Amino acid sequence: MANATASAPAPGSARAWLLSPSPASRTQARCGRWFRAWLGFRRNTLAMTGLGIVLLLVLMAIFAPLIADRQSTTLQVLANRLQPASWQHPFGTDELGRDLFARVVFGSRITLTIVAMVGVIVVPVGLAIGLPAGYFGGWVDRVLMRITDIFLAFPRLVLALAFAAALGPGIENAVIAIALTAWPPYARLARAETLTRRRAEFIQAAELQGASALRIIATQIVPLCLSSVIIRLTLDMAGIILTAAGLGFLGLGAQPPAPEWGAMVSSGRQVLLDQWWVATIPGLAIFIVSLGFNLLGDGLRDAGDSRS
Amino acid sequence: MTDTLLAVRNLSVTYPSDDGDVRAVRNVSFILGRERLGIVGESGSGKSTTGRAIMGLVGHPGRIEADELRLGDTDLRGLSERGFRRLRGQRIAMVLQDPKYSLDPVMSVGQQIAETHRRHLRSTKREARRAALEMLEAVHIRDPERVYTMYPHQISGGMGQRVMIAMMLIAGPDILIADEPTSALDVTVQAQVLAILDELVRSRGMGLLLISHNLHLVSSFCDRVLVMYAGQVLETCEAGKLADARHPYTRGLLAALPRLGERRAELPQLQRDPAWMADIA
Amino acid sequence: MHQAAGILVSVGLTFLGLTCVTFFIGRVIPIDPVLAIVGDKASPETYARVRAEIGLDLPLPVQYWRYLVKVVHGDFGNSVITSHPVLQDLLQVFPATLELALPALFIGVVVGIPMGVLAATHRGRWPDQVIRLLSLLGYSMPVFWLGLVGLLMFYASLGWVGGPGRLDVGFEDIVTPVTGMITVDSLLAGEYDVFWNALSHLVLPASILGYLSLAYIARMTRSFMLGQLRQEYVLATLAKGLSPWRVVWVHALGNVWVPLVTVIALTFGSQLEGAVLTETVFAWPGLGLYMKNSLFNADLNAVLGGTVLVGVVYIGLNMLSDLIYPLVDPRARDQ
Repeated sequence: MANATASAPAPGSARAWLLSPSPASRTQARCGRWFRAWLGFRRNTLAMTGLGIVLLLVLMAIFAPLIADRQSTTLQVLANRLQPASWQHPFGTDELGRDLFARVVFGSRITLTIVAMVGVIVVPVGLAIGLPAGYFGGWVDRVLMRITDIFLAFPRLVLALAFAAALGPGIENAVIAIALTAWPPYARLARAETLTRRRAEFIQAAELQGASALRIIATQIVPLCLSSVIIRLTLDMAGIILTAAGLGFLGLGAQPPAPEWGAMVSSGRQVLLDQWWVATIPGLAIFIVSLGFNLLGDGLRDAGDSRS
Repeated sequence: MTDTLLAVRNLSVTYPSDDGDVRAVRNVSFILGRERLGIVGESGSGKSTTGRAIMGLVGHPGRIEADELRLGDTDLRGLSERGFRRLRGQRIAMVLQDPKYSLDPVMSVGQQIAETHRRHLRSTKREARRAALEMLEAVHIRDPERVYTMYPHQISGGMGQRVMIAMMLIAGPDILIADEPTSALDVTVQAQVLAILDELVRSRGMGLLLISHNLHLVSSFCDRVLVMYAGQVLETCEAGKLADARHPYTRGLLAALPRLGERRAELPQLQRDPAWMADIA
Repeated sequence: MHQAAGILVSVGLTFLGLTCVTFFIGRVIPIDPVLAIVGDKASPETYARVRAEIGLDLPLPVQYWRYLVKVVHGDFGNSVITSHPVLQDLLQVFPATLELALPALFIGVVVGIPMGVLAATHRGRWPDQVIRLLSLLGYSMPVFWLGLVGLLMFYASLGWVGGPGRLDVGFEDIVTPVTGMITVDSLLAGEYDVFWNALSHLVLPASILGYLSLAYIARMTRSFMLGQLRQEYVLATLAKGLSPWRVVWVHALGNVWVPLVTVIALTFGSQLEGAVLTETVFAWPGLGLYMKNSLFNADLNAVLGGTVLVGVVYIGLNMLSDLIYPLVDPRARDQ
């Protein structure tokens, strides 16, 4: 078939180096693996769509001030309230006359912040618990897994509600509540990966060389776990975004006048019947971002499967 | 001479792939009567695929082509899936390698045996159960009533393989294809299972197609041997006359077999000649 | 049985963990409960006395023990708003949530599992694509948004279903609560008008929750089925000459039940979570709405009581799936 010859890389090019069947160094082999996984990923249209959406979110968050006017997010022009889409206001205005487009754009920053903060907490915590459990086994494993199971049994949203009741609403408390119930799967994952590698010969070789447990875990096992953890995190992102939006809808996330998407849906409820866009458009944003992460996560997982 | 149960002429199985078609089985021909025919070859030689092609179990996108593929009077070429379903288990059956994986883990072994009977003979539950118990006795399982209710994870490998045989032979097929039937078993158990296979095949006048990578096993158990390599049959000969084999691949295999009492310092390594991959005219 | 003992220990420990967290949350509140009772003009002696009365001067573990004992007896204190015991309030609102969650779970299981099987057996072809798309949309959607859009379309525009709330105003208080679920109670009482009205209000929120659970169950079923269809025993059963129908729905699905039971339990758990949001959107007076209102009224007893209830249901579901597991998987039974 013509395919075979068309993709033969030009010798000396970066592509040839990456696809070389006999890599000269570990870095080259690693890069080659990632490149091949990327090629497989690229062929998956849905996954690429997901990647596109996520990139759009990130870009929107970073370049928000360039895309929309920051003042518009909080500028209330009551004479202008509840206007449908127009040239000055691409998404219309909300019940306080604020530009909906600007609020959605800046709201992406809040979404991204929550997602990032939760990720930054759950991954280290999950690894810190799962890795020792898998590596040392015995009673360490039993105790740590018991703790993990207990946290797994907690209802996420309801617990967040309880936290908010005690500590007051706010974005930090929302993040803590979500993170508290989101870390157990990562501990489980890290433990499972560690258990599989534990008996591998290269680990035993490192032990014989006198490497300490910490060194082995950090240098050998963590890199291997990392890819499945990242895939899992991407897949979880969608759920985290939905939970965070749910908290915002209930008034427990970022407080007004911050343009948090869930809160925007909630405040649009009163005018739902006549000015449907006020509640619907922020909700659509939540939906699309969640969809994007799901597509991306599925794509990464498929690429990861085909790699192994 | 025995009557022909299975006639195969120029059977090919092709899989399309990104780099062009892959021919897993090329122009394989043989005739099976009421005898034991062994197909021997290494992994990738196409021996298992041959067996599956005869059963119609080669999945899409694989393509089966043959000049002749006949089971008794039935032409297997172009036979519909429904047609194959009527044959499988009733006229031609297959035993797989590892009962740990080839038995349904959540159903009792007795029920799995009875299932075949009910499907093909349309028996009642009671009749099927009785037939299954008889079959369990036929494969020399003691206390068949108790084993009937057991689950696959509760029985040993040897017992599992006997259950497998019972399950596949209960509807009385003419031909049995045994794909590596003893490869997953301990050596001591292998002999027992083979003995049971031997007894059943002989007493029922069946034809047996034994697929294995174990040349010694095939040569001692079968009447005739087919040697396959890279999808083709390189040589056919009678089991007793293997020592006279002519193809260098077969001779290489024989030479590499260790024998008790010999005094060779080194076992020769099989040198593969790329010419063996070429299509035999 | 050894297994049952292990499960009970598990359940007990998890329950302890749950109560620890709720106790901790209750202690973390910035409002000083003593001040809340005596006011900020009380003398130091009064303050100390009330503090001792409430038991705040006792060491923390003792306080926890007293709290635990109360919880086990169902004493969550009184609701600040209704001044009823919280337990009484909870028992009143919980059936309403059940009335939403049960049909939703039913839809999820009865429609979701066959969809998943269908998608797996037609992998790559259009039924698979359609089902995967539907699933994907389902578990990417915010439930509260879907609820609003649903209300907009099916209530406001099309008028096919009843609006927010469980009943139209004219139908309230006709039927005496027996189970707490209006649809059931009205049928039992023979009040068919009330039944139809209740049903028209139930349809939309239950369908939305049902769609979400269906999406997740279908996705997981598909994934498990694909895993099973790759197994050797599938080939063996085909070699027996069995029909594909039997191979898929009896053998493969029989093996899929094993992980699927856990998924179904999880799904029911997340229904309860989704209830908080759905009930807010549909003004449905269930546990979720109760907790939300309690939250905004700073009724900590009610919030924590509700949390314990949901937590207990979660634990119960997990326990149930652990107990069902051996029924479905012979490998999990004692030898």
